[in-house]
This record gives sequence, C-alpha cells and structure tokens, in this order.
Amino acid sequence: MAINQVDLTKIKPYGDTMNDGMVQLCFTLPVPCGEEAKEAAKRLASKMGLEEPAVVDAKDLGVGYTMFVMYGKCQHTVDYTVIEVPKVDVEVMDKYGVEDFIKENIKRDVVIVGACTGTDAHTVGIDAIMNMKGYAGHYGLERYKGVEAINLGSQVPNEEFIAKAIELKADVLLISQVVTQKDIHIQNLTNLVELLEAEGIRDKIVLICGGPRINHELAKELGFDAGFGSGSFAEDVASFAVNEIVDRGLVDISR
Amino acid sequence: MQSKLNLDQSLIEKARNSARQIAEDTQFFIDKHTTVAVERTVARLLEIDDVDEIDTPLPNVVVDNIKEGGGLGLGTSYWMGNAMIHTGKNPQEIAQMVSTGEIDLTKVPVADYTKIQEKVTVLAKKMVERIRKNREQRDEFLNTLGEGPRPYLYVIVATGNIYEDVLQAQAAAKQGADIIAVIRTTGQSLLDYVPYGPTTEGFGGTYATQENFRIMRKALDEVGNEVGRYIRLCNYCSGLCMPEIAAMGAMERLDVMLNDALYGILFRDINIQRTLVDQYFSRIINGFTGVIINTGEDNYLTTSDAVEEAHTVLASQFINEQFALKAGLPEEQMGLGHAFEMTPDLKNGFLLELAQAQMAREIFPNAPLKYMPPTKYMTGNIYKGHIQDALFNMVAIMTNQSLQLLGMLTEAIHTPLLQDRALSIENAKYVFNNARDISSEIEFKKDGIIQKRAQEVLANAADMLEQIENEGLFETIAQGKFAGVKRAMDGGKGLEGVTLKQEKYFNPFIELMLGGAR
Repeated sequence: MAINQVDLTKIKPYGDTMNDGMVQLCFTLPVPCGEEAKEAAKRLASKMGLEEPAVVDAKDLGVGYTMFVMYGKCQHTVDYTVIEVPKVDVEVMDKYGVEDFIKENIKRDVVIVGACTGTDAHTVGIDAIMNMKGYAGHYGLERYKGVEAINLGSQVPNEEFIAKAIELKADVLLISQVVTQKDIHIQNLTNLVELLEAEGIRDKIVLICGGPRINHELAKELGFDAGFGSGSFAEDVASFAVNEIVDRGLVDISR
Repeated sequence: MQSKLNLDQSLIEKARNSARQIAEDTQFFIDKHTTVAVERTVARLLEIDDVDEIDTPLPNVVVDNIKEGGGLGLGTSYWMGNAMIHTGKNPQEIAQMVSTGEIDLTKVPVADYTKIQEKVTVLAKKMVERIRKNREQRDEFLNTLGEGPRPYLYVIVATGNIYEDVLQAQAAAKQGADIIAVIRTTGQSLLDYVPYGPTTEGFGGTYATQENFRIMRKALDEVGNEVGRYIRLCNYCSGLCMPEIAAMGAMERLDVMLNDALYGILFRDINIQRTLVDQYFSRIINGFTGVIINTGEDNYLTTSDAVEEAHTVLASQFINEQFALKAGLPEEQMGLGHAFEMTPDLKNGFLLELAQAQMAREIFPNAPLKYMPPTKYMTGNIYKGHIQDALFNMVAIMTNQSLQLLGMLTEAIHTPLLQDRALSIENAKYVFNNARDISSEIEFKKDGIIQKRAQEVLANAADMLEQIENEGLFETIAQGKFAGVKRAMDGGKGLEGVTLKQEKYFNPFIELMLGGAR
C-alpha cells in the first residue's frame, strides 16, 4: 500500500502526509518586529517540540509587539489506544423519545429550573437549551411535553437560585457559565454545590452545568452530576436528566 | 437620500407617531419620579466625590442619609443647598460631615426655598460650564486632529486591569481603531454604587470608575496625537447607576455611551420604573455633553431569532429615538443599535441582513447607527468566524453604517487577545477600503428579496408600535413582547430606590442641560 497506515499507539498531526506532524500556530511576542523577533519565535517553537519552525507572517501590532503565524513539525506522539475520557454515559433520545420516557417512567411533569448564576450575564447557552425556539433546529426544553422548564435568566445569585428551586420543587437544576476569566466559574459552581449540601437537597436533585469551557470531567470534579460543553443540545441534557431521575429513585420524591 | 428599498414613507411616519405617543405617555410617569441614582448623580455634579472609611462612595452616603430621613422626594439639591446655607461649607465638606455623623441633612433647619435654589444653582452652573468646556475641547480635537472615516472602527478592551487596558487600547488605536470601549466587569450593572479609584481586578471587563475614565482618556488623547486622529472613548451608561456614569463621563470627556431605555429592564431585570426614570436624566446629560449614545437592540437578537424578531429591533429603535428626543438628545447623537445575528446557514441570509441594515439607514438617516457583529452563531472555528465578520463588514459598507463594533474571530472563546483585535481591524480596513463607495453604486431590484424583506419588517414594526400605543409600554413589556422577556411593573432590582417627587423637588441640572427645551 502506498499510503502509510495509522499507528494508533503513536499518533501525531497530519498535514498532507502521514506523520508529517504539521502544526500551525499564532501568537504574539512582546518585542518589536524584526529579524530578532522572528528568531525568537522560531526558538520558542523549537522548545514547544516543533521541528523546522517557519515564520510565515510577522506583523507589528503598534506597541512594539509582534504577531506571528508559524508552521512547524511536531516531534511528539501520543498513544491513542490508552485514552479514556469520562463522558455523560446515556443513550441520547430525541425530543419525542424524552417525552415518551417521562410518560412511561416518571408519570408526572419534570421541573427543570435553569439560570446563569453569579455575576454571569451571558444567557446564550441557557437560552439555547431552554427557550422554546432552541438552537440550530433543536427545540428547547420549554417545548417538551412533560417538562416544566423555567429559565430564570442571568445574574441570579446562588442563594436566590436555590430558594427558587425549592419553591418550584425542581427536579433538575441547569447552571450555565460562560464567563470563565480567572476561573470565576469554578468558584461560583463550587459555592452552589456547597449551598445545596447545606440545604440538604443536593442528593434530591439532578445537578447539571454547562458552558463552552465546561466538560463532564470538570463537572464531576466539582460535584455536579453532569456537565455539557459546546455542541450540546436540549435532548442531550434532557436524556441525561430523565434517566438520572429514574436511576436515582427521585421520581416520587417531594420537597 | 433616495430610498433603495421603496419603503412606504407614510408607514414610517405612522410608526414614528406611535412611538412618540408611547414615549409621551411614559414621560408623564417619569416626570413625577426621582431615584437614588438620579440624586447621587446630582451629588456628583455638585462635586461630591471620594469614599468613606469602608469604601462607600460619598454620593451614596449623602443620598442614603436623605432617604433615611424621608427627604428623597425633595432631591439632593434641596437638602444640600439648605445645608450649605446653614453650615457655610461646600457640598464635599458637608458630605464628609454626613459620613462622620456630624450632620443629618434632613434635620437641618430649613432655609428659604428661593435662597436654597440660588445657592445650588451657582454651583450647578459652574459644573455645566465645565462640561460645556469638555464638549468644546472634543470639537477642538476633531477640528485639529480630525477623525477616521465612517464607519468608525469600534473595538473593546476587557482585561480587568485599567493599565493593561491602556496598552491594548493604544495598540488598537495604532492599528486603526477609532473608538475604544472599556467593557465593564461582569456584574457592575447590578451594583447600586460606582466603585472608586483605579482598579486592576475584574471579570470579563474593568470597573467603570471616574479615575479609570481619567486614565483611559489621557491615554487616548496621547495616542490620538501620535496617530493624528481623535480616538473616542466609550463606556456603559446602564444598570443601576445609569445617570451617575453619564455624569462621570461628562466630567471626563467620554464620547460614546451605551445607553438604552429598555435594556436594563429586559436583560438585567432592573425594575422598569427605576430604569425609565434613570435613563431620562442620563440622556439629558449625554445629550448636553455631545455624547453619542448606543442603544442595545442588538441584544434582542441574541435571545430571540434574528429573522423572526427583526421587527422588534426596529420598533425599539423608534421608541429609543423618541425617548432620546424627550431628553433633548439630537438625532446626530443617537447610535441606534442593530446587529448581524442571523444564522449563517440561512439561504440568502446575507440579503436579509442587507435589507435590515439599509432599512435602519433609511429610516434614521441622521443617526450614527451602531452595527453589532455576529456573536450568537460564532463557534470555536475561528477561520469561519473571520469570514462571518468579513460579511458583516461588507453589509456595513454597503449600507453606510456609522459605528462598526468589530467582530472578533475568537468571539465565543475568550475576551480579545491583542492579535485578535489586530486581525479584526485589518479585516474591517480591508473591506471598507476595498468597497469604499459601493453604497452609492448599487440599487436594489424593485420588489426583489431585499426590498420585500425591508417592507415586511417595517410593516410588522408599525403594527407592533400601534399595539404598544394602545396597550401601553409597561403592559407590553409585562407580556414579553421584547426579546421574549417578561418584566412586571413592580418586579426586578432597584424599585426601592424610586420615589415620588414632592412639590418643592429641585434639580437645577435638568433645566440647565435641557436648555429650556421642554
């Protein structure tokens, strides 16, 4: 065979030839544009493990800083066969599947309360999951039969969120965090778990977080039941939530 | 301007009349009320500044003292003027006395009303003069240094550290930016006070403080001199301290302010009464200061669908226009907002965006329209994002937009890196230069997709405004007609800061800055 087979125990980037290791990168160095700057960029790329580093564009950014576009050949490999990534382990149903599941297994409305908590004002994620319209052709939870979806919007303090969850007898809490500068989302999410535990309701609800910088592994680490990153839709969240309600015996719980 | 969209002029007139009526009905309510934020603004305009030993701003200390004494309905000017007569001290000294408990403003023996008014009006005139000078200085810069061509290149900085912001802002100006907006830290809009001093910590943005305004103003004047262009400074006149930010901006010569009549109500759940009263005074100040306000209609399209809800943007622009006129803010300072937010998967979506942008241009011919970039459908695919931003720039130059908030290829990933901003400025400069005169070269096909779309959106907006006119603005918002968000008259944050004006309520700045226009 003319083309090399992939060795999954030693994979590296593919440009146009197997194992050429081709990587493109872009960064800025706080030095003025010139030959010294280009050399500095190349040396840095070498230290990153790139062979034959090439500066294809260098541009002065106006304050004595230089932006580089570079290519290089990565010399490292990783063993793909030993990788295990924790994922939300549930078979995703579509909207109708979720609705049927609720009718057959839960036999009452599921109350889902969502919000952007803390100081976060970016509702685009929670809106995509919850609002009637949904996102990219995937209807939001408000449109699901058997789901009572309440979107509390942005900048909801954790205390207020919990009080509302108790008042509405929520089965599922959805927390969206978009702003992650200086790890503010970690503090906020941790704080929420602590408050829920203090209220004694952590084990009575399904707790889910989501956002572009959130994944399942991080969510589990922070004490959530699941975490959803970008590219998740309402049915992903709903499938997990309704299964979790049944699996954890939360169907008949009342607060 | 020749209409390229064949819009029904009488329908525009009808929509505008409905909006005028809506604003007038609401103005009755506004005129009867004042708020803690309005009164703190008056305190600031009387040159009360600084904080007490636990970092509470003295304007808050003063207004809290008046409120606790049950005197808010008479206004800060009244009590401050009275205390000045009684103590012979200036407002700052009196504010310090309030903070140490040496004086309780509402317990001071009441002097003659005319004397109180005279006393405060002298100071008010001094401040108004200072602000007028700032305005003249801006005009002077514009005359001598000049400015970039429209659409102005408008970029944000958001490091959280004002000194880091300065570096990024100066770099942006050198790369070609015309307007620098310092994004506020997330959550500032819900603070019922304005923080004090220079700040170096923030989340997703930098605190708006008067000192930060001063630092950035100085930096932009410096770099403006260097590049031979006046660089405008923008901040956020919204949230619970809307008019205070306007006053601080007026004192420090800011040029552009986000300042929407409805945004806080819908998107920050700030009480509707509070916002409407606050927006009025803030716009009086912005109008007088020569600040270009930016309205926030673009936000409707991040929560609602940009195709289906396009008419709500236009309806809101009409309403914002009328509220602004009420506050004496001329059309030339109304940066009415709209956005390029349709899904990129939409067939002919570019045509619909073009229709919307051209429509806004024709209906508000003198307004420096603020055009917002794609955000909702930006993904981590920065390459595609850069193209989305290029199409957005293309629509802008084809329809003569005025303030172009540049899209960043890394939108939806992080606040802009230095290089992100440079790339987006390069993108805009390329498109704008390469198609500079395209708008005067093109017409749109009669009854084609673009014309029909604009006509449909206008008709829907006119209908919506008629409905609001009949039902009232408060009721419309309660029903969730804007952005699908429902807000009750008595709901939201900050209602406790609203109060009825008493008969002897006194605020000299309204008169002085509106110039007797109302």
